[in-house]
Amino acid sequence: MKNLLSIADLSKSEAISILDTATELARVSDGAVKKLPTLRGRTIVNLFAEDSTRTRISFEAAAKRLSADVINFSAKGSSLSKGESLKDTAMTLQAMGADAVVIRHPASGAAQRLADSQWMSGSVINAGDGTHEHPSQALLDAFTIRKHLGMGGGDLTGLSVAIVGDILHSRVARSNVLLLSMLGAKITLVAPPTLLPVGIFNWPATVSYDFDSVIPHVDVVMMLRVQQERMSDLFFPNTREYSRYFGLNAERTACMKSGAIVMHPGPMNRGLEISAEVADSARSVITEQVTNGVSVRMAILYVLLAGGALEVGSN
Amino acid sequence: MSVALSAQEITRALTRISHEILERNQGSTNIVLLGIPTRGAYLATRISSIISGIEGAEVPTGTLDITLFRDDLRMRPPRAIMPTRIPTSGIAELDVILVDDVLFSGRTIRAALDALGEIGRPRTVQLAALVDRGHRALPIKADFIGKNLPTSKNQSVKVLLSEIDGRDEVTIEEEPE
Repeated sequence: MKNLLSIADLSKSEAISILDTATELARVSDGAVKKLPTLRGRTIVNLFAEDSTRTRISFEAAAKRLSADVINFSAKGSSLSKGESLKDTAMTLQAMGADAVVIRHPASGAAQRLADSQWMSGSVINAGDGTHEHPSQALLDAFTIRKHLGMGGGDLTGLSVAIVGDILHSRVARSNVLLLSMLGAKITLVAPPTLLPVGIFNWPATVSYDFDSVIPHVDVVMMLRVQQERMSDLFFPNTREYSRYFGLNAERTACMKSGAIVMHPGPMNRGLEISAEVADSARSVITEQVTNGVSVRMAILYVLLAGGALEVGSN
Repeated sequence: MSVALSAQEITRALTRISHEILERNQGSTNIVLLGIPTRGAYLATRISSIISGIEGAEVPTGTLDITLFRDDLRMRPPRAIMPTRIPTSGIAELDVILVDDVLFSGRTIRAALDALGEIGRPRTVQLAALVDRGHRALPIKADFIGKNLPTSKNQSVKVLLSEIDGRDEVTIEEEPE
């Protein structure tokens, strides 16, 4: 495996091996060892053409714990804001000897473009491209679900997950639907019809418009952020109505199965898709998702970068 | 293929190593056994139970995976990370006995010493290996050895243990060029 562009490129066994690697790495960093020499001398560039808090610092922390050198590079304050093309940026990174580029970009397919081009030779890791995919987020969500509800290891067979909210603009939802269904979970998407993408009925998931009928039956409720910055049209009448029908509040949480968990990829709109009370409740694993993100991203970097040029299997 | 150690000989060697560990450390009160996965971990568990049979007290036993500390990671495809389980006693100011199946170049042990250094500062670090096949690439030697097996570089030494391989046996095989 050279790049991580989309969950669709992963096989089930590759996905599980990333989760297993993350499990061991989490144990190592829970213990006395905070720094591992594994990627010493490697250079990882965080190329963020779109704002991010969690993903960028999480990749940065992961790379640093594995002793890689990290160069942070964001659109604001770089030549990207002067109109430099992705190609010229990539060739600059190549000239500096980047072993991997973690890319976040507002255009869907940007990571794929970077990987398919001959502009640079390093690995490409998709950290969110437009409304397409966010594979590392899906892996950390699967890791968190497995840790809380899985039977020790393996896949997520038998669990049911509701993904609720702005599916249309959500790369997190796309990656999660692919990954969680591959791992055997049953997925229900809950959203107003205006926030569902075209072709939703071909996804490996069922669709519901009624949050209240779904909530008592699921093990995981994954709330999505209403992405107002991507909304040029009117998708729902007003935020109060959205919140009433599709927001997660204490009343709805009370109907959840015992042991069921609440997730959110962040950043949250408190009071819109999730109430502050629920976000800070005992069911919420939202801050734990952030912690797990570092372990999972360490695992991704390990799998992509630690080995040599040889392909797996040519042992 | 020739058999270098039979099941019975493996048991005898481990029993002798256990006695030697106790003799060297004047009992089991200050020792921690750390096996290097995969097979070193099973050997550490066996030595641990032999020692507690002799001394009547449990010996803290764990595993130490050295994959993340290897110096040859870039020469091979990525390897799976095996579990590291440090006993609750920790390793600080204790006598750590590393247990591995085959001692060869010594690079695994170098990586293990690096890994230990990240975890804490043991009083001493000692090394037990079921087989020493020679060809050291680093200045490292074992304190406790089951059997010295003179080999050539194009031979491979295979350690089979009943916990994962179904039977106990050490064999030497000629590797095809």
